[in-house]
Amino acid sequence: MSDAEVHSDAAASGEPVPAEADRYAYDVVVVGAGGSGLRAAIEARLNGKKTAIISKSLFGKAHTVMAEGGCAAAMGNVYPNDNWQVHFRDTMRGGKFLNNWRMAELHAKESPDRVWELEAWGALFDRTKDGKISQRDFGGHQYPRLAHVGDRTGLEIIRTLQQEVVALQQADAAELGDPEAMIKVFAETTITDLLLADSYPARIAGAFGYFRDTGRFVTFEAPAVVLATGGIGKTYKVTSNSWEYTGDGHALALRAGAKLLNMEFVQLHPTGMVWPPSVRGLLVTEGVRADGGVLTNSEGKRFMFNYVPDVFRAQYADTEEEADRWYADHDNNLRPPELLPRDEVARSINAEIKAGRGSPHGGVFLDVSSRLPAEEILRRLPSMYHQFMELAGVDITKEPMEIGPTAHYVMGGVEVDPDTGAAAVPGLFAVGEVSGGMHGSNRLGGNSLSDLLVFGRRAGLGAAEYVSGLSSRPTVPAVDVAADAASALQPLERAEGENPYTIHGELQTIMNDLVGLIRRESELKTALVELDKLRARVAQVSAPGGRAYNPGWHLALDLRNMLQVAECVAQSALERQESRGGHTREDFPAMSPEWRKVNLVCSLDADGEVTLTRQPMVPMRSDLLELFDVSELHKYMTDEELAGLPGAEVAEEKH
Amino acid sequence: MAYKAALRVWRGDAGTGDLADYQVEVNEGEVVLDVLHRLQATQASDLAIRWNCKAGKCGSCSMEINGRPRLACMTRMSVFTPEETLTITPLRTFPVIRDLVTDVSFNYAKAREIPSFTPDPSIKPGEFRMQQVDVNRSQEFRKCIECYLCQNTCHVIRDHPENERPFAGPRFLMRIAELEMHPADTADRREIAQDDFGLGYCNITKCCTEVCPEHIKITDNALIPMKERVVGRKYDPLVWLGDKIGRRTPKDTPAVPGKA
Repeated sequence: MSDAEVHSDAAASGEPVPAEADRYAYDVVVVGAGGSGLRAAIEARLNGKKTAIISKSLFGKAHTVMAEGGCAAAMGNVYPNDNWQVHFRDTMRGGKFLNNWRMAELHAKESPDRVWELEAWGALFDRTKDGKISQRDFGGHQYPRLAHVGDRTGLEIIRTLQQEVVALQQADAAELGDPEAMIKVFAETTITDLLLADSYPARIAGAFGYFRDTGRFVTFEAPAVVLATGGIGKTYKVTSNSWEYTGDGHALALRAGAKLLNMEFVQLHPTGMVWPPSVRGLLVTEGVRADGGVLTNSEGKRFMFNYVPDVFRAQYADTEEEADRWYADHDNNLRPPELLPRDEVARSINAEIKAGRGSPHGGVFLDVSSRLPAEEILRRLPSMYHQFMELAGVDITKEPMEIGPTAHYVMGGVEVDPDTGAAAVPGLFAVGEVSGGMHGSNRLGGNSLSDLLVFGRRAGLGAAEYVSGLSSRPTVPAVDVAADAASALQPLERAEGENPYTIHGELQTIMNDLVGLIRRESELKTALVELDKLRARVAQVSAPGGRAYNPGWHLALDLRNMLQVAECVAQSALERQESRGGHTREDFPAMSPEWRKVNLVCSLDADGEVTLTRQPMVPMRSDLLELFDVSELHKYMTDEELAGLPGAEVAEEKH
Repeated sequence: MAYKAALRVWRGDAGTGDLADYQVEVNEGEVVLDVLHRLQATQASDLAIRWNCKAGKCGSCSMEINGRPRLACMTRMSVFTPEETLTITPLRTFPVIRDLVTDVSFNYAKAREIPSFTPDPSIKPGEFRMQQVDVNRSQEFRKCIECYLCQNTCHVIRDHPENERPFAGPRFLMRIAELEMHPADTADRREIAQDDFGLGYCNITKCCTEVCPEHIKITDNALIPMKERVVGRKYDPLVWLGDKIGRRTPKDTPAVPGKA
């Protein structure tokens, strides 16, 4: 790091601050270096803002590398009938109409441009015969829509963005003499608290954290912070998520005074590995099913035909014959039910296992070996072949895989302005998985990578414009920095205390067993009691050792965030008395049009306790409503919501 | 079948360190990273390990296991016998930060020296047309997860730190090959591959290919073809004539960032 940028604490304000904390000043600080963070940082820099990228891991290792299947964008390269309206409809259906419709609209309209832009930055997607970007089928998407690179699309996207950051740094080096003059990556750096200016109303003044390698503290002075921290998967035992996914951004936003939207919606990806135990939860791409793979039970039956819900009946095939014809001809056949949205498939798999028709290791079978020639499997699904061969000793070109649901994605997140990514606290922005609304109650596969790009750009732009509009820069209150440092040091200083790994394991078990795929009131209440007990223990956790690269200490700090987020998920899940998308209540199995009008919002009260409020859903703009057949809308919405729409009366009679 | 494995793990920092002995439980189907995590959770909470996806996709958990550079998440315990003692040490080529974590910033510095993708500015986003057969070659190199096992293994820098300045290492020579073979790239990196990134230091012993967890044929598909292209350019009669009459650098050879 260049010494010129570091200035001493004393010089900054003259007030007492901890003796050691590096200090940097930026216009925009982006917390998170996955797809959304990098895209936001690129946009802020392109708009002339001095930008810091804070990466919890090394640069280029973020969770985006785990995305396999592709990036949804209605480019119409394979089926020219595809367009943003079709993509918008699919997204709203996938989210069971709980989506923030403005976000879904922007996403569907802008994702093609964001994909093409990546190509201009050097990305190499798989091609169609006429040399365009190839697009693959995926669950819930009417047309083949996912730009992809085999089954390693996320890696291609993060590498392209990483290399674009480097290209910008090279341009800055040529022009300004310093590659880090305008955009700098702080690798292996964790933000533990956001800093607010003490002016009224409260607004963002910066962020506080530590460097993992040395354990030194660092203060970033910045009027705008973009949260791009990803998800919360590490609160669950069986998850496809990496260690970074500890809900940092969700908790940072909450503590800074922002709101979390609809946290009850957690996506269980239907296909995670189930064996061997050490890889339980590891993702098996939906691309396996999109390329012809089928789900079968212990009786050898393709069971998904038994689980097509009424709302999707019109779009999915009844027979294996029709489903199989669809792969070659989408226009004249209905889709195979294996390609229902993820929530539906995950519940169906769960039901088969519960009915005693599971596979030997407690999953069901996913078979592509009987559906495609070996060489085609190797070409389309090279990572899956590699993963099963090396980790399970299973050759997917010869035998079926065993799979089961795994915690994959949180639809809930920071409530933001759809156009700018701005959260409720001035200067705070959120993008990607940490933001809420876009995906409603269930995300379609492929809509995450495009979400990162579309809203990454918008949040970067939103932050840049916010900074440009400020008349004065906020100052960081020194007392807050001192308090944050003291609080972060506590686990190291506590000689006696519990092992953070033990508590983390218990938290994961609570969430997995009591706030998992199928939820019940009694279990959710038990979960809240158990989480409350953990709270006292997390406050007394001890991490022996020094400050340099001490993972026990890092986990102790992450635990605070995981616990707060877990409370939000459990409270929201208890409150919402219906089943929808990534929230299934055994005691309230139906989807309720009344509940569709309700967003559940978590915030912290004056005592720092999570409180839950109901907030009405903003009614959908009429031109967007008109993209749907009224008879379909009746499955989701109340009669009064649809009153006045053309055809509403007729549909009501049929209804 | 659970058993107790004997582990010798390097503990220490940039200054000093030593191998420490541990006995750790191993269960069926586990990989080395699982066992290190169990060690961390039960006996050594401050054991520094760098890891992320635990799926062979991010390239973070590179280390040396019984002297062999490997990803800990993709090394199954079943490749060792229960009686075998596992010696686990940090990557040797890079400076140790703590325990099994090394400072790999050398690689990020090299990445920033390589002239970036340079498309024809008249082609607008959305207008690129490339055939699959033409993108296949660069796509193979873009499978790279930047685990730096190849960088760690290559004897040009592993045993000769003095070569770190003139030699970019297999990962970044492959990056040059990737851009060179990218159908939409217009720059000519052949001269700088040799003069600035030390392609000539590579004597194709294929150690990089051998340790690559993505099974990329680094030597055969990137480095050797790149050497051929460099030679092809150097002995091109027109280039030779140009050199003679003093036109040293053709205009499509990009400047090396950071180099005066």
